[in-house]
Amino acid sequence: MTASTLTRLLRWSTFVAAAAWPALSHAAGGTGAGMPWWVWPVVLFAVCFALGLVAVPAGIGGGVLFVPIVSGFFPFHLDFVRGAGLLVALAGALAAGPGLLRTGLADLRLALPFALVGSVGAIVGALVGLALPAAAVESALGVTVLCIAALMWRAKKSDYPEVAQPDKLGAALRMSGIFHDHAAGREVAWRVHRTPLALVLFAGIGVLAGVFGLGAGWANVPVLNLVMGAPLKLAAGTSGFILSFVDTSAAWVYINRGALLAIVAVPSVIGMMLGAFIGARLLRTLKAAVIRRMVIALLVVAGARALTKGLGWWT
Amino acid sequence: MVDVKATGRPQEQGPSPEQLRYARVLDYGMKGGLIVLIAGFAAYMGNVLSPQVPFEMLPRLWGLSASEYVRESGMAAGWGWLGMLDKGDVLALSGIALLAAVSPLSLALLVPAYAKSGDRAYLVVTIALIGVLVLAASGILGSH
Repeated sequence: MTASTLTRLLRWSTFVAAAAWPALSHAAGGTGAGMPWWVWPVVLFAVCFALGLVAVPAGIGGGVLFVPIVSGFFPFHLDFVRGAGLLVALAGALAAGPGLLRTGLADLRLALPFALVGSVGAIVGALVGLALPAAAVESALGVTVLCIAALMWRAKKSDYPEVAQPDKLGAALRMSGIFHDHAAGREVAWRVHRTPLALVLFAGIGVLAGVFGLGAGWANVPVLNLVMGAPLKLAAGTSGFILSFVDTSAAWVYINRGALLAIVAVPSVIGMMLGAFIGARLLRTLKAAVIRRMVIALLVVAGARALTKGLGWWT
Repeated sequence: MVDVKATGRPQEQGPSPEQLRYARVLDYGMKGGLIVLIAGFAAYMGNVLSPQVPFEMLPRLWGLSASEYVRESGMAAGWGWLGMLDKGDVLALSGIALLAAVSPLSLALLVPAYAKSGDRAYLVVTIALIGVLVLAASGILGSH
């Protein structure tokens, strides 16, 4: 696929999303009953395809964009959007998992303890989120998404953090190893510190994932990289792997509550995965910094929309 | 960061055998789940099987909360969907259940590997994680 084809594809998907925007805004406050039912899954597929295109170059999972945008501009109840959001994040994490594990960019030993505490947190979060009034969750979602946008704007990252002394728990669990950095053309040894603090943080991240149906890569990567000192590439790969457990736990709670609609979840998953597949190739042709700024702007709009919708200021 | 080639520091090299085994099972499960998901949704959209909720009723129901939707649509909560697989919209969700089952099934393969190697800490973590995932899937905590 050539760069010009990819650029045309990006323009096309942006056009579809832009064309759909007035209709979405008009119907978002109601049930969308004034439009033929099939319009919604078609537009949802197109929007998710566009989100998938930008999510990979921006370095985030699609779930964090999906929930605020779809809950803000589509007529589906927040319960179904959160259920679909978890599925979108889960499908992406599962699809990437085998390759990351084989290449050593995700580490089983590093992931499992955090997957355990994160999964417990996600179940608690899902139960709490489904018990709370939708307006309260929507408002809290708005605040959370605005905070994520601020975090993305301000966040630092470190390719190869220095860990002078591994902590006792991390050492006992043998959280260390070597991965081959293809870009740098060398093997990199890694080890971690502050494991107990990270366990607490992952439990909290799991709760947020469960309450809001968000993929949690935006929080997992900074904790693994900046708090624990894992190399950035290993942190990003292992984050996706942890996410596959955390989102599985929360997704089962949503499935058992009947909070999954095939007409919402399946076009979202397929659209996002197709978009992410092509978005990964766009990495070579687009400036990641430009996409990243665009995603931050999208998050600000979606977060503000969720907040004002939750507070009843703009329904 | 420590450059291994520079320091010659002895370390475990590359992904462990259990990690590679996990990746293989995850790969099969993920691809199977996606195929079932897409095929089930195509059957739903093609009206091969009549849905529990007619398409025309969807705009009236998708704005309801999950509990209201279950009540209004007659859709089963918990594992009751297994008895409704002859409905197009329920069949379309079966791929989702498969995707959500891939991780606990893949994890189960790690138990004998950790038990054999005497890695007690990870044996306990793996069994506990399987227990948490099974608890979430059981519906004991979440279903109506």
